[in-house]
Amino acid sequence: MTRIGVVTFPGTLDDWDAARAVRLAGAEPVSLWHADADLHAVDAVVLPGGFSYGDYLRAGAISRFAPVMGSVVDAANSGLPVLGICNGFQVLTEAHLLPGSMIKNDHLRFVCREQVLSIENIDTAWTRDYTRDERITVPLKNQDGQYVADERTLDELEGEGRVVFRYSGVNPNGSRRGIAGITNAAGNVVGLMPHPEHAVEVGFGPDGAKGPRTGTDGLRVFTSVLHALVG
Amino acid sequence: MGRVVVDVMPKPEILDPQGKAVAGALPRLGFVQFTSVRQGKRFELTCEGPVTDEILAAAREAGEHVLSNPVIADVGAASAAEAARPDV
Repeated sequence: MTRIGVVTFPGTLDDWDAARAVRLAGAEPVSLWHADADLHAVDAVVLPGGFSYGDYLRAGAISRFAPVMGSVVDAANSGLPVLGICNGFQVLTEAHLLPGSMIKNDHLRFVCREQVLSIENIDTAWTRDYTRDERITVPLKNQDGQYVADERTLDELEGEGRVVFRYSGVNPNGSRRGIAGITNAAGNVVGLMPHPEHAVEVGFGPDGAKGPRTGTDGLRVFTSVLHALVG
Repeated sequence: MGRVVVDVMPKPEILDPQGKAVAGALPRLGFVQFTSVRQGKRFELTCEGPVTDEILAAAREAGEHVLSNPVIADVGAASAAEAARPDV
């Protein structure tokens, strides 16, 4: 069975939900500890959301120096699929696996809402089970969610098709060009601010077409990587 | 004991939401003299012995690699602080 590692840092909140999403997608979740550099032969890694190290210094800034991150960076550069969600996305930018950074929401308030995203790149390891320009709804909850990068970097991301998820309808945090998630050039490393792992099971997700809390649009992020690994 | 001060400020082209909020609050309290505010961070690094050129260089390097993220912030010059005050 495909083994997907889920990293826990001090202050991580969503590791259990991420592990649950991995299991519902049909893979075996493997807990990885921030202080252990051993990736335990996993086939992919998820950096989940939360407030690692209390967001001290900057969101994700201290986690980047955790022993496990040295191994994650090396493995990602060799093609290991890595997904960073929310705080995990912030860790990926601090580790220079993805460009840009996140600063405080432009309106300065914590935001928690069911957010519509459009999927603009379905060639990454984490989005191949979607269709291009598909609209999905997943929860979004963040304080430092405003994606920023210089204009040249933004043009490069757009030109190379590396904007994977874009906020649809509302830009909830002032992110440049409505960017919600991006990928590296190789397509194996993806980071996004919203939370697909909270929309994987009927009864617990956002409202969906079949009624309240029936939305499971996030599940295909996790099935995508299974198909990427066997394909 | 020596002390080095490193200032980290948001880049000018990055909108500083916190500074903007502070700028909005000042006139409400009667401080109408100020047209804008930028909010940064000040780090005080303490070392054994005096602040040498090597210590300053190390503080500058720490500023660029750890204390700031070059995408969103600039590091001011690292400078030796006046006589270190006792930590409380």
